[in-house]
Amino acid sequence: MSEPVMRERASAASAGAASEASAARPMRPSLALLRKDLLLERRAPEAVPAMLLFSITTFVLFHFGLGRDEVSGQLAAGVLTVTLLFAAILGINRLFVSEQEEGGFDGVLLAPIDRTALFIAKAAALFVFLALVEVVAVAAFAILLLGPSPWPALPGLLLILTLLNTALAVVGTLVSALAIRTRARDLIVPIVALPLLVPALIAAARLAAPLFAVGGADALPTKWLAVLALYDLVFGLLAYAVFDFLLED
Amino acid sequence: MDATPAIELRGVGRRYGERWALDDVSVAVPAGATLVVFGPNGAGKSTLLRVLATLLRPHGGEAHVLGEPLPEREWAVRGRVGLLAHEALLYRDLSARENLRFHARLHRVAESRVEELLERMHLRGRADDPVRTLSRGLLQRVAVCRAVLHDPPLLLLDEPRANLDPAAAELIEPLIGRTSGRTRVVTSHDPAGGLAEADLALGLRDGRVALSAPAREVDLAAVEELYR
Repeated sequence: MSEPVMRERASAASAGAASEASAARPMRPSLALLRKDLLLERRAPEAVPAMLLFSITTFVLFHFGLGRDEVSGQLAAGVLTVTLLFAAILGINRLFVSEQEEGGFDGVLLAPIDRTALFIAKAAALFVFLALVEVVAVAAFAILLLGPSPWPALPGLLLILTLLNTALAVVGTLVSALAIRTRARDLIVPIVALPLLVPALIAAARLAAPLFAVGGADALPTKWLAVLALYDLVFGLLAYAVFDFLLED
Repeated sequence: MDATPAIELRGVGRRYGERWALDDVSVAVPAGATLVVFGPNGAGKSTLLRVLATLLRPHGGEAHVLGEPLPEREWAVRGRVGLLAHEALLYRDLSARENLRFHARLHRVAESRVEELLERMHLRGRADDPVRTLSRGLLQRVAVCRAVLHDPPLLLLDEPRANLDPAAAELIEPLIGRTSGRTRVVTSHDPAGGLAEADLALGLRDGRVALSAPAREVDLAAVEELYR
């Protein structure tokens, strides 16, 4: 055995023990996987530009389709959240493609890591991609469609988007992992993900509606805040429980 | 060579849908030995390697790899196996160095090991180029680095010398050849070359064992017959 490997593994009684140790600490491999995904997206941008272009195009279509220069209240909240949801589907579709198309998936599965690490990394990557898209997409929404000033709504909107992105990332990662081994991946993702995300969409739209009120941003309705937070918690725990099984052949 | 089997398969089967890609395969490979698997395309060689690598679960029989039963303790086998498959298992838009560093982090191996392997494989000059720009031969060398990065005791090698010129084949020999001292399962379409490096020979046809014997007892003609 070469020296660096021996040095790294000296504390482990066996390779099996090393596997157990890795399994107990999913954060380190998660960070390595996340870093790799971000590097791949930076090197060959796919998901973020596609989601961004889709969002802006949809806002333009709404602008002309609704025949209105400005939207507010529930309509504005609905247009924003539905657009982000559909844009997220593009990112979810691409989430595991780099693993599958580039043959790296088997390399990751052969590593002595808890597969939860892969879930955490993929969900975190999707969260980051969505956040990057939203920086531009929300600005475009405010310019193209939103009637009231966006500034008072920003703190509340930040909280809503954080919770919505968590829901999209958790459910999206689960569905993407489910779909990646099927031939009809592009069909399965929207068919499975959209119904699962309906509660999150309703809660986010209801939450955002008062922020876009004509008279200025109102307080967030705590009931819908709790619903969205609970959704994240439940699906987060569910994903933790079932993700391993989704990756089995 | 240790007498303890590093691999022990008893009646192992694996199917894809209704078709059995492996059917009733039994073989025992002592630690440190080399098993060479022969057979025409579609005989089940790659499926056998993927079962041993824990990437596919057996659908029948009993399988022990490195003393661990599969699939019950497959997590204890991961990280102790080096797989060199037909695909390089590398990310095309990352460089050789980035790919190897990524795998080093997953396997908790020091990055100095990456540099050591790049040096040994004469890859330093191209280490920062995206692997999609590398020739098949160079790509195979990077794949070899990835397979042995964590110094696994068991190597699963799917036609490891494909795409390599003689000099490159010589270069990888200390890492994945007989002299590496590891237990090896090697698939081959070269009867004479395969038998020369084998301790044990296994011939597969339509997923079933057609030949299983110590290599020194196997007639070259019997291996060639598998391909007719």
